[in-house]
Amino acid sequence: MEILKPAMAGTLESSDAQVTVEPGASGIELNLQSSVMNQYGRQIKATVLETLERLEVSDAKVTVVDKGALDCTLKARVECAVFRSCGKSEANIPWGGAVR
Amino acid sequence: MIPRPKPERFRLRRTMMFMNAQKPGLIKDAYIYGCDSIMLDLEDAVAENQKDAARFSLYHALKTIDYGDTEVIVRINGLDTPHWQEDIRVCVAGGADGIRIAKCESAQDVKTVEAAVEAAEKEFGVEVGRTLLMAALESPKGILNAYEICAASDRMLGVAISGGDFRKCMQTKPQPDGVDMLAARGQMLIAARAAGVQCFDTVFTDLDDNEGFEAEVRQNKAMGFDGKSLINPKQIRFVHQVFAPTEKEVIQAEKIVRAYREQSAAGVGVFTVDGKMIDIAFIPGAERTLKLAKACGMYEGDLVE
Repeated sequence: MEILKPAMAGTLESSDAQVTVEPGASGIELNLQSSVMNQYGRQIKATVLETLERLEVSDAKVTVVDKGALDCTLKARVECAVFRSCGKSEANIPWGGAVR
Repeated sequence: MIPRPKPERFRLRRTMMFMNAQKPGLIKDAYIYGCDSIMLDLEDAVAENQKDAARFSLYHALKTIDYGDTEVIVRINGLDTPHWQEDIRVCVAGGADGIRIAKCESAQDVKTVEAAVEAAEKEFGVEVGRTLLMAALESPKGILNAYEICAASDRMLGVAISGGDFRKCMQTKPQPDGVDMLAARGQMLIAARAAGVQCFDTVFTDLDDNEGFEAEVRQNKAMGFDGKSLINPKQIRFVHQVFAPTEKEVIQAEKIVRAYREQSAAGVGVFTVDGKMIDIAFIPGAERTLKLAKACGMYEGDLVE
């Protein structure tokens, strides 16, 4: 998917993450802040990158402010932000396909 | 991915706790509270501009979190909104046990949802018929049509009344004796029993009014409800206490079921237990008591599963 416009999903509440995606020109530029960076930074980064790859997002600026979200929440927030940026978040989501 | 067992249409549902599907902090460990069912909410708890985000969050929760024996039902948005069809797709794809139809007013509403559920089951390769349905009656019309709603589909597990909207329609507010909703509760219960489905009472929203809550739960039990919707984990224990059978009832039920099996094997249809006449009509009630007792940890025998 191509990131068409800036979009955000998630909140700054505990156990959540706020993900912002913006159009970018050269690959994935990931900016990660996390309340559990020392313990889980690498895992969070891997989950975010894997999710973007599954959605075939190759160029984007991605900002993640993590408040201790589980992997399943991170995935949900990244996916929602990407689908929102393409204006496709409301219907016909490929559940079990690219979203899994 | 968590393979959830096939949902049971009839099971213990004393407590159904509502949770906002958009809040990861709430839904990630909802099974620890010990309620019989959790109700992940895509409807009123989720702001209009977060409906999409709630679905992504719900999908991954359903696929990732092991809710164990806790039943997982999802409340979808009303049929008068642009959201309900995608809500159904995500529920079925994620493998929710059941779907609660908000603001249900007719058998046609149930059939409309059922058709969409079946289409989704085919789309996502889920066994057709797996996903259960229940209806929330929130208006006078819903109550008047309760029977046709209860009987509208083999997927129907039960009906629940939704007090907030219903009282608004009736121009009343909660009363200490429950008289504001007595007729509606009664009519819904009769309809549910006639159709052979379960029946659940509405939430009690004033968390500071413990006395009022307890009185309402006792009245629910006395009227014959199967369970109650809840908004806070602290309400669970009391409902389970009130809905538990007494020790005397358990002993009596055990005697009845045991005697019935022995007598019917010997070709006897009617007999007495402790001086009371017993025949086949008493058996479903006695078995129900034992099942309830087993769930409450009061009975460990093998007369029921």
